[in-house]
Parts: sequence; C-alpha cells; structure tokens
Amino acid sequence: MLSALLVMAGIAIVLGAVLGYSAIKFRVEGNPLVDKIDAILPQTQCGQCGYPGCRPYAAAIASGEADINLCPPGGEEGIHKLADLLGVEFKPFGGNTAIKPKSVAFIDENVCIGCTLCIQACPVDAIVGAAKQMHTIIASECTGCELCVAPCPVDCISMVPIREKITTWKWKYPVYSLAPAK
Amino acid sequence: MRTLYQFHGGIHPPGNKAQSTQCGITRVPLPSRLVIPFRQHAGEAAKPAVQAGEHVLKGQLIGMPCGFVSSAVHASTSGTIAAIDAQPIAHPSGMPDLCATLIPDGKEEWFPHEAVDYRNSDPADLRQRLRMAGVVGLGGAGFPSDLKLRFLRLHPSQKIDTLILNGAECEPYITCDDMLMRERAAEIVQGAEMLRFILDAGEVLVAIEDNKPQAITAMRQAVTESKLPFEVVVVPTIYPGGSAKQLIRVLTGLEVPSGKLPTDIGVQCFNVATVYSAYRALAQGELLLSRIVTITGNVRHAQNFEVLLGTPVQELVALGEALPDTDRYIMGGPMMGVELASLAVPLVKAGNCIIAASGKLFPPAPPTLPCIRCTRCAQVCPADLQPMDLYWFAQSREFGKAQAFSLFDCIECGACSYVCPSHIPLVQYFQFAKSEIRARAQEKQAADHARERHEFREYRIEREKQEKAEKLAAKEQAIRQSRAAATPANPVPGPAIQPEIQAAIERAKAQAATVEPKNTDNPTPQQLAEIAGIEAQRERVRDLAKSAVEHTNGHDKN
Repeated sequence: MLSALLVMAGIAIVLGAVLGYSAIKFRVEGNPLVDKIDAILPQTQCGQCGYPGCRPYAAAIASGEADINLCPPGGEEGIHKLADLLGVEFKPFGGNTAIKPKSVAFIDENVCIGCTLCIQACPVDAIVGAAKQMHTIIASECTGCELCVAPCPVDCISMVPIREKITTWKWKYPVYSLAPAK
Repeated sequence: MRTLYQFHGGIHPPGNKAQSTQCGITRVPLPSRLVIPFRQHAGEAAKPAVQAGEHVLKGQLIGMPCGFVSSAVHASTSGTIAAIDAQPIAHPSGMPDLCATLIPDGKEEWFPHEAVDYRNSDPADLRQRLRMAGVVGLGGAGFPSDLKLRFLRLHPSQKIDTLILNGAECEPYITCDDMLMRERAAEIVQGAEMLRFILDAGEVLVAIEDNKPQAITAMRQAVTESKLPFEVVVVPTIYPGGSAKQLIRVLTGLEVPSGKLPTDIGVQCFNVATVYSAYRALAQGELLLSRIVTITGNVRHAQNFEVLLGTPVQELVALGEALPDTDRYIMGGPMMGVELASLAVPLVKAGNCIIAASGKLFPPAPPTLPCIRCTRCAQVCPADLQPMDLYWFAQSREFGKAQAFSLFDCIECGACSYVCPSHIPLVQYFQFAKSEIRARAQEKQAADHARERHEFREYRIEREKQEKAEKLAAKEQAIRQSRAAATPANPVPGPAIQPEIQAAIERAKAQAATVEPKNTDNPTPQQLAEIAGIEAQRERVRDLAKSAVEHTNGHDKN
C-alpha cells in the first residue's frame, strides 16, 4: 500500500518537474496562431474589419473575439482560407463595408495643399511629400486601404480601380456546356 | 549509329506539312505600315528609345532592354515612327500592348552595323551583342538567347556536354524551320559553332524529325562541308518531340528534373532559327529584323515567307490568298497557337506560323462529356503527369493539390486534350490553374511586402517617440543641473537680485493699496438694486443646495 503510494507520488513529482522545466525552457513567445492568421490576411492595414490593422484583427480572431468574415480586401477566398486554418465553417462576408475591386489611391496634384495629413494616415508609408509641398502616391506600394481619403481636407484623393493589364491578365475558368443526355 | 531514347506518351496528329513546302522561301514586299510591339519576348517589355515623329533607320534601336530577362527591339526598316501607343497584339487575352507604328520610307537605309570576329571576342561581349541584337528563341517561347548562354557564370563548375540544335519542328502545319534548314543550312552550322564557342560546349547535335528528309540531307551536307564535328541526328516523328525537355530525353536519355533547367544536367538546346539569327547577328552584324513564317491552312498558296517583324497579319494572309470560308486565324501551330483577335495584329519574333482556319479544316469540337477517368490523357502526357487528376483539382480550384501533382511541369502541348474521348478542354484548365497560382503567389508577395512596410512604420513611430522623450529628459536634466550648479557656484547674483525682487513686490503691494477699483464707486440706485437682486438669488441657491444635502443625508440615515 505504502510502496504504491510512494511510487505514484514519485512519478508525479518527476513528471511535474519535467513539465515545469519544459514550460520555462520551451516557452513560446506570442501566439503562433496569430502569426498564421496574419499570414492569410491581405495586409492592407485598412481597418475595415473594425480593428486597427491586420495584426490586431488576427489577434482578435485567435482569441475568439472577432468573426472570420470581416475582412473586405481578403474577400471570400480569404474567409475560406481562415475557415480551413481554424477548422470552422465558412461564413459569407459579414462586415459593414462592401467588398470592392482592388484599387490604388490617386492624389489630384493640382488640388493638393501639402497638409501631410494623408502621409500620417498611410499605414505603409506609400505617400511621399512634405509640408506645403505637393504629395503623391507610390502606386506600387499602395495597398488600397482608403485610410488617406478621409483625412484629406480638400478631398483631392480618389480611389482608382486597378485595370487588368496584359502582364496581370489571367486565364479564365473554362466555360462550356456538357452534352445533353439522349 | 546513336542510341535514341523515348519519352513517355506523345501523339501522331496528321502532319499537313507538304502543302507549304512546295516552293522556297520568298521575301515579302515592304508593307505600308509596320507595328512593332515592345514585348516580343519572355520577360520585361523593352523601354521605348524613340519618340513619335522621329525618323529611324533600318536596324535602329527603338526598344531598350529593360531588366534582366529582356531583349532589344529594332526598327525593321527605315521610316518614320508615326505613333507609340497600345495596339492589338497576338495574345490569348486579346488585349492591346505598347507598340511603335512605323511608316516605311521605302529606302531600306541601314543603321551602321558591323560584324564581329567571334573567335577573338570575350563570350560576355558576344552575349551582350546578342542581347542588343534582340535575339530570342524563335521556336515559340521567345526567351532571350543571351540568358541561355550566360548560365556558366551562375554555375561555374557545370559544363555543357551537349549543345542541341532543335530542328524537330513537331507541330503540324509548321514548316518554317524545315525550309530554313533546306535553304540556309551552312549559316545554321556556322551559327551553331558560334554558340558552341560561347558556351564552350562539348558535342553538338542537330536533331531533325524523320519527316524532313530534304532538311536532313541539306544539314548533313553543310556539316560535312564545314568540317565541324557536328552530328545530324534523325529522330522519330512524334508530337511533342520538339519540346526541349522531350528532345533532350530522346537524344541523351537524361530527364530534366522538375523545376530545373536543361543546363543543370549539362545540356542546352536552341531552335535552328534562333541559331540562324544568332549567326546573322554576330557574323554579319544584322539584327533580328525578320523571320521565316509559314502561311498555311485554308489558303490557296501555302508557303514560307521571310517577313519583316511588325508586318500586319492581314498582309501575309493576302499573300497566301485565304479562301473565303476562312473564319479565324491562328498564330503558331494548331496545337499550341493563339487565336488572333484581329488581322491587324503584327507578326512578332515568336510567330512561326499563320494558319487560316475554317470549320472544314478544324471541325468544332463535339460537346463535352464528363470525365470517365479512362486515363488516355495520362498515357499520352509527355511530361508523365496525370492530367485527369490535374483536371479534377483545377476545376474544383484545389490549386495546392494541383501543384503537388506537378502542374508546373505541364508544357501545355495539348496532347491530352487531343485524345480526350470526352473532349474536355484540359489545357485550358491547366492554364487557368497556373495563372491563378501565379497571381496568388504575387498577391502573397505584395502582402508580405506591405506587412514589412507597416511593421517598419510602427517601429519608426515608436522610435521617434522614444527619441523625443529622451531628448526632453536630457533637456530637463540639463536645466536641473545648471540650476544646481548655479546656486552654490554663483552666490553673488543671489543677494544682488533678491532685494530687487522684494522691492518690486512691495511696490506692487503699495500700488494695489492706493488704487481702488473704480467700478464700485458711486453706483446708481439702479445698479444697487441689481446687485441686491443678484445677492438674494445667490443666497437662495445656497439655501437650496444646503437643504438638498441635508435632505439626502437624512434620507440615507433613514
């Protein structure tokens, strides 16, 4: 009886020590799930999901606060990928804003007064300019988040949808009708 | 006799090559207008080097190579650049691309050019010459040839054992390489020697399918006359035996591993027309301004023509006299060609054949039936893939699985679609899946880039905040220090200043005592009444507040 108790207690102490040691030794900094979710999000940093950027939204999904269907730039495909990753059912888009075609911001340089408000708003530093100097968008860096549109006091920023070019053209899904059964 | 090997699968479609080999290559008269696209090769488009309205000479550079994978573009004849704008080109999307419109002046005045003695030149210099001469693969892919010759710098230990001249020309209807080998064999052999020199290659093999006996004879004769140790190898006629990886397999028995290049196994392969244009570029200084094109199909005179690049297809069709029931035109072969959106499309470097198609020649495919997994596509696939599985994944958009099943090893030869008893457009599915996967990879790259920039921005803002705080702290510290230093070190100003301040304060006090506020002097009875009213109001409010506090206190006690 006593020997059995001692053996069990001994095992418990040894295992407890192993677990305690590994908890310190193999501690994971941050939540790896957040990184995985963040890798799927489109990184426009637009805040249309209601969180101040893609990473906060990823953190909110990981903690179960936010739904997976709030990201407009990610579109349906992004929701599918998140559903696959998290092992949950796909949900149709449920955010407050509509899914829009991919765009880049454009500054009407004749109207721009050089107030630098858009530069401060841009999450990816895609606007060049200085105080009282004309500003312009670096189109290749612009993620189309629209965060610069609202702060502009003279409304000189518009969103221009990206047109399909010969270099970005994609083969379409083949469409044909099957032969009718006789 | 050399041992030949076999690649997996392949098909035997009717050749239809006899029609266009009846007479020799003819030069096409100068067209009234040339449209020269800046993107005639794989990779980045050339950058326009001329402006609209400028007069150019034949062979003058009009498009500068831009980026690593790129090639030069030249004026095909002398004349005036009428416009530089978007024009329709031969592309499956039917979209226009940037082109220069050239109105020839008919003088054919050459831009100064010179030949080079390749034996006494640096290979790097020769490669640069080929790049600036606009020499690209003329078999259809349009890959810049100088890049295929420069691999040695990337893999210094790898040696090219075999240089293959691809004269297989396996696709039906096309005969431009056949005619070129028949008529200009000596130049091709000289060009091969130049490329061998640049690559420092071992043996040189000229592969020709056995359905071109005249070309085989001509090339053998040219090789014998040149006294070069080249070998003309006759390979069996099978489609797609002219595809580089398949031809390498037939000649050497080696398989190019998935995702690798032929150079990784010590083999390099050039189309005979490319070799010919490389010869012209180096030995005569003549740039790539024209190519041999087969005009065939539903035409009265099927023939090969030497055509200036940029010639509109309608001029070529007129030369072949297309029959009235022609309903569409294809650039390239019937298996892999591009259907032309309009006849105004210009001929480009990769355009080896123009086929006039009619319902009689190419009957419309019967209606598609569901896949029955008969695996005939897998039996003919030259890349040894499982097209029925790839089809399944592509149509259900499971791109990850398609990639796991080596989708990118597909050469889009169309053999699977050709044999499919259900007439499923398999290649279209593979093209769709490939371009989706590429687009996604690009999007992912863009997202990663954006994340990096966003994170850097946050770091920068944080850093600026910290720097500001540090600066402020340092300033405060400095002030405190100077104060602390000032008090004991300079006791002299202290007592000197102190009485002054005291005097000022006393002066101000005395002033305040002597001066009385004037607005309270002699108020009128009206003002007095107002003041009394306000005082009464204040009193009432004070009472109210007091009673309210008492009331709540009493309430609490209860």
